[in-house]
Amino acid sequence: MVTSMHIDPNKMVTINIDGIPVTVPSGTTIMEAARKVGIKIPSLCHHPDLGVRAFCRVCLVEDSHSRRLKTACNNLVDEAGDITTNSPKVRKARQTVLELLLANHPQDCLHCERNGKCELQTLAAEYNIRGNIFDPVWKPVPKELSNPALVRDMTKCVRCGRCVEACQAIQTTNAIGYSGRSTDFKITTAFEKPLSESPCVYCGQCVAVCPVGALYEKDDTKRVWDAIDNKDKFVVVQTAPAVRVAIGEEFGMERGAIATGKMVAALRRLGFDKVFDTDFSADLTIMEEGYELLDRMKNGGTLPMITSCSPGWINFVEKTYPDLLPHVSSCKSPQQMFGAIAKTYYADKMGIPRDKMFVVSIMPCIAKKYECQRPEMNSSGYQDVDVVLTTRELAKMIRMAGLDFNFLPEEEFDHPLGLGSGAGAIFGTSGGVMEAAIRTVYEVVTGKEPQSLDFTACRGHEGIKEATLDLDGTPVKVAITNGLKNARVLMDKIRAGEADYQFIEVMCCPGGCVGGGGQPFRTTAAIREHRMDGLYKVDKNMNLRQSHKNPDIQTLYSEFLKEPNSHLAHELLHTHYEDRSDK
Amino acid sequence: MATETLSRERVLEIIEECGGDKEHLLSILIEIQRECRRNYINEASAKVVAEKLDIPLVQLYDILTFYAMLETKPRGRYIIEVCNNAPCYISKSHVMAKFLRKELGINFGETTPDGMFSLQYMPCVGACNIGPVIKIGDKVYGNLNEDRIRKILKELRENAQ
Amino acid sequence: MSKTIQLLTARCGKIRPDSVADYIANGGFSALKKAMSMAPMEIINEIIDAKLLGRGGASYPAGKKWKQLYEIEGDPKYIVCNADEGEPGTFKDKVLLEKDPLSIIEGMAIAGYVFNSHDGYIYIRGEYREIQKLFQAAIDNAVKANYLGDNIMGSYFSFRVHIVSGAGAYICGENSGLLNSIEAKTGRPRVKPPHLAEVGLYSQPTLVNNVESFASVPQIINMGGKAFQELGVEDSGGTKLICLSGNVNRRGTFEVPIGGVTLRDIIFDPEFGGGIPDGKELKCYHLGGQSGPIGFPEQLDTRYDHTSLKKQGLSIGSGAVVVLDDTVCIIDYLKKVSEFFIHESCGKCVPCREGNRQMYMILHKFATGLATEKDFERLERLSFTMATASSCGLGQSASTALDSCLKHRREEFQAHINGICPVCLNSRKYGDQYAY
Repeated sequence: MVTSMHIDPNKMVTINIDGIPVTVPSGTTIMEAARKVGIKIPSLCHHPDLGVRAFCRVCLVEDSHSRRLKTACNNLVDEAGDITTNSPKVRKARQTVLELLLANHPQDCLHCERNGKCELQTLAAEYNIRGNIFDPVWKPVPKELSNPALVRDMTKCVRCGRCVEACQAIQTTNAIGYSGRSTDFKITTAFEKPLSESPCVYCGQCVAVCPVGALYEKDDTKRVWDAIDNKDKFVVVQTAPAVRVAIGEEFGMERGAIATGKMVAALRRLGFDKVFDTDFSADLTIMEEGYELLDRMKNGGTLPMITSCSPGWINFVEKTYPDLLPHVSSCKSPQQMFGAIAKTYYADKMGIPRDKMFVVSIMPCIAKKYECQRPEMNSSGYQDVDVVLTTRELAKMIRMAGLDFNFLPEEEFDHPLGLGSGAGAIFGTSGGVMEAAIRTVYEVVTGKEPQSLDFTACRGHEGIKEATLDLDGTPVKVAITNGLKNARVLMDKIRAGEADYQFIEVMCCPGGCVGGGGQPFRTTAAIREHRMDGLYKVDKNMNLRQSHKNPDIQTLYSEFLKEPNSHLAHELLHTHYEDRSDK
Repeated sequence: MATETLSRERVLEIIEECGGDKEHLLSILIEIQRECRRNYINEASAKVVAEKLDIPLVQLYDILTFYAMLETKPRGRYIIEVCNNAPCYISKSHVMAKFLRKELGINFGETTPDGMFSLQYMPCVGACNIGPVIKIGDKVYGNLNEDRIRKILKELRENAQ
Repeated sequence: MSKTIQLLTARCGKIRPDSVADYIANGGFSALKKAMSMAPMEIINEIIDAKLLGRGGASYPAGKKWKQLYEIEGDPKYIVCNADEGEPGTFKDKVLLEKDPLSIIEGMAIAGYVFNSHDGYIYIRGEYREIQKLFQAAIDNAVKANYLGDNIMGSYFSFRVHIVSGAGAYICGENSGLLNSIEAKTGRPRVKPPHLAEVGLYSQPTLVNNVESFASVPQIINMGGKAFQELGVEDSGGTKLICLSGNVNRRGTFEVPIGGVTLRDIIFDPEFGGGIPDGKELKCYHLGGQSGPIGFPEQLDTRYDHTSLKKQGLSIGSGAVVVLDDTVCIIDYLKKVSEFFIHESCGKCVPCREGNRQMYMILHKFATGLATEKDFERLERLSFTMATASSCGLGQSASTALDSCLKHRREEFQAHINGICPVCLNSRKYGDQYAY
């Protein structure tokens, strides 16, 4: 039943899995078919969003058509037959494969970044591994700590190839790949260079799919604890939109559950002096970016203009498409706008010396760790954002503090940097920035309220979406893309002079920030959609759904910035880019 | 003919000479390596190939490290490759290997201090009927004994001058 | 009466290898001419009748392979000749490539005609640089003489042969690894399914056959499938090139009718190996390459054909026969085999990457007297898992030699546990090249 010859997905096939009949479309994998009858076939290298590699050979099953064992991840059901997933032969082979893997893996689980969340550890537990008949062969290799965003600890690598799939097939970044053969087979950059000298954009999609502790974000929780504990520091925290619909998963809440109130409560209990919202600075971004777009359209500026919120995306343009940098909006990302405003306007307003203000970001993102350390991101005279934590790191702090997340009350953000509109909230999903921008730009251009604030053409997680918007007679053609593989398609179009768009939204990670590299592990396309739905629900439930109507934004302009794209706004909220290609 | 490093122009020429397309990638890499005095493909040459043939550098690096004939680190001018597969082993290739180590004063995987010789193992070259064999460049030497090896080394040293 | 036969090797050494004129004068290209007057399915039926079992090592029926490809829709289809002969102890493709390249080209062209292909590829080892040059000359001459290229012999059939070089990777002899290598990818085998017949070179339906198989095709067309089969035995037709090496008086390539000789003939007959040199005794022989089984003196009277060998747990494989005399320690030899697989594993799948090195470590324990009874269990579990769970043929067959030794010479392993193997003590002084 496992040839792929003449697969006809319209044909239904009935097979027996451990004696239980199941009918599935021809071409279904054995693994999927088994799940339908309640059998979970163990696997390490398999990931639903990634291409099949069949490297790990854990998902072995017996097939009545074959003498050898079959891997359930890639072999397809095509004709009637018997599959056995639990036999002495299968157990013996799976156990041996696991022991072989474990013999080449350090046994320091207690100190491992992934302790308790490691897929290999889980497999070993589920398979009741209580020792190893094989001698250890693993050798330590130095950790790579060359960059501020992510750590590669190749001693832990199980060579499952998920990260390479993410980097090469999903993102087409081509920073890491395979090298060597046999016992030298490993994952590396070209010529073993540090990531900082590779095309890596720090998107962290490799981290998101790594089953073990080989890839992880640089842990900055200690720096945050230290700041909180330092009585001299006034520690404020901002939380990105996509965090609120993902953090709950860390504590057993439903996928995509909206946990804004509990998250705010948790942050307050952790000891942050003020708990603010990146939705606020997302609204600010819309003001600046919207006016920048209008200016470019009116005054013959470079079009299409491309969004600049996603730091992985910025790294990608700088490294791979430097010739297209003039297309990228000069606006800083919402996180950096927040930092700049927090350490100037807010610090001054509160009478807190700028050097005593400590800004922490909770982000679904690993590239943000790199972004905040860019030398140009110090408009306040200090590093505008001091530390970036991922959603996962926040969860770690919450656990460490012993907070029962589900037990926490719902609390509100502080003011004034904690008020965001629904438009700011949907920044966390692909299409959200575009929709938020349109909600404001439409009104600025036409002077009229849109009939509906739901620009549904922008929504969904398809790779590339296009739409033409009618701004009261002026057509504006836009494109939205997520994931760098798709972004590449649009960039090549621009390069070839075939892109007639005015405005393009690009988010580096698949699905946008809801699928960011810093989100809870085991994210899949399905989970990203749940989180997206959560964000649109947040938006729907708000009265304030347009950025320019955010009263605190209005106050910020009237009290401080004067008007969008003003001189001061440029100084604090805009940036510049550099050609970082390896030419 | 052999130079220390190949210019960008020369690498581009080699690509063209070998057919200019991806199908001839391995031939191209072998030729680049042959022209480099130190018998390896450096990062600069690899980048030219990657760019010209539109192969991501990280994938080209995989290829460079996967195929045994290709090397990314400098080696000696002459590479003495000893077959250590079973048929030659039975014909006492390990005795020859030991003798070569002694004669050159280096271990396998190493290069003589004067950059003249590198010593390494190679997989079977289908000369099992004349084992034990070594290969230097394209030339296979069979039915070896210590005298013959001494003579071969002497000839190569003289050639190099 | 001679036990050898000159069928595939009839022209070898007697003609200038790249000369089309010499080739034609000795019967060359008559098969292509004949084939082009036949319907494709007629040709396939001849191949089926010939009972030609693939000569690369897996012995898959060539006729069946051709028929399957014929029934798959798709255009273009590619013809690929696997000339990545890397199996230690095997040098028979080299003989054909060096001495009668046009017979391979003719075989590929016939296949091209059957499948209406326009492009054939021959993947030749990077180590065979001189052969690549010679082969290119043969191709160029065939094109000049209009036996290749556009409108072959004035017909509508056009077929080109391209040489692609390897660069030192045994695993590229695995057909999907080979195709990846042609596509300028690393030569690691692909995930299967899909099968290469359907999704082969550049994702198109593809025929991959070995050099010797292609060289057999013109013979089959010329003499007819039935006559070719009758040279051999009922279920396996034709002749086989065998390669003798190791501790044997006459090393080299010999062509034999399949089933026409016994293993004893091959090793001891003066026409072939001529016995063991220096008055030593035969200890064992390794058949079909490193991935093949090891045979012992008590099996010497087995006939050299696929079925007879299989009954003995042996196989023809690539045609290699590596002879070992009684000064060789079986454990020491198996370590050498294991080293080979450690070097050549592509590394992507766990049973092969981790299994081979663990196997070496355990064999090393036997060699140094540190093994215990528990190591038998380790070897058994490893062998089982590698054979049943590895991704490709390399890992699946890496323990074949070990298995045959454990089956027939377990006492020699046992002797090592008890520390009484004199041969092993002797060999230990050479040290280890690999320390895992």
